[in-house]
Amino acid sequence: MAFTSSGNLSSAEMSTRDAIGAVNRAKRIDKIFAVGGILVMVIAMGLLFALIGDLVVRGLGRIDYDFLTSFPSRRAERAGILSAWVGSILVMLTTAFLAIPVGVAAGLYLEEYARKGWLSNIIEINVSNLAGVPSIIYGLLALGLFVYGLDLGKTILVAGMTLGLLILPIVIVSTREAVRAIPRVIKEGAYGLGADQWQVMWHYIIPAARPGILTGAIVGLSRAIGETAPIITIGALTFIAFLPPAPVSGDFPFINFDWLTDGFTVLPIQMFNWISRPQADFHVNAAATGVVLMALTLSLNGIAIWIRYRLRREHHN
Amino acid sequence: MTNMPDKRAAEATTDADQPPIPPRKEKAPLRARVENLNFYYADGFQALRNVSMPILDRQVTALIGPSGCGKSTLLRCYNRMHDLYPGNRYEGSVILEPEGENLIGPDADPVLVRLRIGMVFQKPNPFPKSIYENVAAGLRVRGVRNRALIDEAVETALRRAAIWDEVKDRLDGSAYDMSGGQQQRLCIARALAPNPEILLLDEPTSALDPIATAKVEDLVQELSKDVTVVIVTHNMQQAARISNRTAFMHIGQLMEFDETSKIFTNPSHPRTEAYITGRYG
Ligand SMILES: Nc1ncnc2c1ncn2[C@@H]1O[C@H](COP(=O)(O)OP(=O)(O)OP(=O)(O)O)[C@@H](O)[C@H]1O
Ligand SMILES: [Mg+2]
Repeated sequence: MAFTSSGNLSSAEMSTRDAIGAVNRAKRIDKIFAVGGILVMVIAMGLLFALIGDLVVRGLGRIDYDFLTSFPSRRAERAGILSAWVGSILVMLTTAFLAIPVGVAAGLYLEEYARKGWLSNIIEINVSNLAGVPSIIYGLLALGLFVYGLDLGKTILVAGMTLGLLILPIVIVSTREAVRAIPRVIKEGAYGLGADQWQVMWHYIIPAARPGILTGAIVGLSRAIGETAPIITIGALTFIAFLPPAPVSGDFPFINFDWLTDGFTVLPIQMFNWISRPQADFHVNAAATGVVLMALTLSLNGIAIWIRYRLRREHHN
Repeated sequence: MTNMPDKRAAEATTDADQPPIPPRKEKAPLRARVENLNFYYADGFQALRNVSMPILDRQVTALIGPSGCGKSTLLRCYNRMHDLYPGNRYEGSVILEPEGENLIGPDADPVLVRLRIGMVFQKPNPFPKSIYENVAAGLRVRGVRNRALIDEAVETALRRAAIWDEVKDRLDGSAYDMSGGQQQRLCIARALAPNPEILLLDEPTSALDPIATAKVEDLVQELSKDVTVVIVTHNMQQAARISNRTAFMHIGQLMEFDETSKIFTNPSHPRTEAYITGRYG
């Protein structure tokens, strides 16, 4: 754009020139902001990758068949994480079976059935607040209520219940958001055909909300799998001295539910346990456990992304 | 059940000359009547003021009037759509004849009302399912399980909605892969499949191009042979072309209700005249 510097510019040309000045200033600010953002990102991601890389470098070499299939031992080179990963998976299964149905039902109820009023407002605020409660508080609650109050012992069931409570708000909130995202015209279309509330819920709302609900559930589970504090609080620390036999050993565990009342350990506890040993060999074991734990978490997240992608495509093409 | 090839041909030729005003069915019996209807939205806004008007059996009744005058609000009273949102309040009555049942009375169940009165919305809103399942949805809601019965009802409804030929080879395809006009006719088929007594249409052609619009208009006239139709429209020509009776609304009130030919040639209210001649609204 060529502008003459002479004084006889029309007012339109003047305002164009002003506008170009403003746009140029805005572009400069954009650039500064973008560079700053990239810098911060690089630092944050760099730190994260350094941590993961360090863990992988120190731990990956230790992971082999024996490590995954051995029980913990006093000798670092013979110790394994069999009881820990089996425990983690059993606890996760229990958590999922308790938290997902209850959370989804609660979310659907709050969004579709509950009358909007002060009571539902209070519940809504509290559910969001619960998502921010430190996990150790859940541990204390579980210790007082489940372990001592109900005398359920320091079992897989109690761990599942505790983590279930912990992720319940996540499941509820993601369910509600998924339901809220369903277009009003779809619901009205279904009601307009004479569907009752249950039919609309079952045949229209739940199918359309499924990707969001599943994603929320899996994100909740991937948080639960790494939780240490509440599990330590309900008494998993005692297992450092005498690690229980893996519930999968012997006959098939899913036929009877005895494993629910079994003692247990989980991956983050095993890791914590090994880190607190003075011997360097155990630290390598801890790093290897960390790699396994992270692989589990990342694959859970991967599954969540995949489900979301698949179901969304099915639904919206 | 329809003679589609003929209709297509007719459509191609009648575009230029003035479409005929449908024959008047002078002695049509009453199908429903709204009496002293007031409607309040949850925020307290009164959207309908003392509306009273008849709906005649197997005729097309058009609701016209400027934006925001309450056409959709009135239409959605017939199938209790307002009950989906808490706080909305009806006063007065919407009587379904000949039974004399008050649809908005305290004993009327909104779900049962909607089982008898079908609705088509302004924007095509097919379900994210196959074409077949979209049309079958109303039957499934009514607990119909018999596959043969559903097959037959789906085909009949698609034929009545003049879309059978276009979709008969892709019934299992997604309804989202259709054009807007096809989707809207699919929605009409969906509403027709369970054989409603009254069909409500809220600006069904406002999102469609002229060709798709013409198809839907033809279809509505064809349908009025055996279904009572209430249609909201912003298009004066459309109202004149396809309706037998027209109601002109203004700020929540029914200003004038009469035979369509009368409304469009000799309206008794000056506001009606101003509106239909485009000087106001
Ligand atoms: N959910 C609502 N809550 C409160 N007021 C509403 C609501 N929906 C509509 N209204 C008001 O009610 C009046 C009538 O609305 P309605 O949708 O029936 O108009 P309409 O005649 O269908 O208009 P249009 O031709 O633009 O569709 C308007 O003034 C509108 O603002
Ligand atoms: Mg409207």
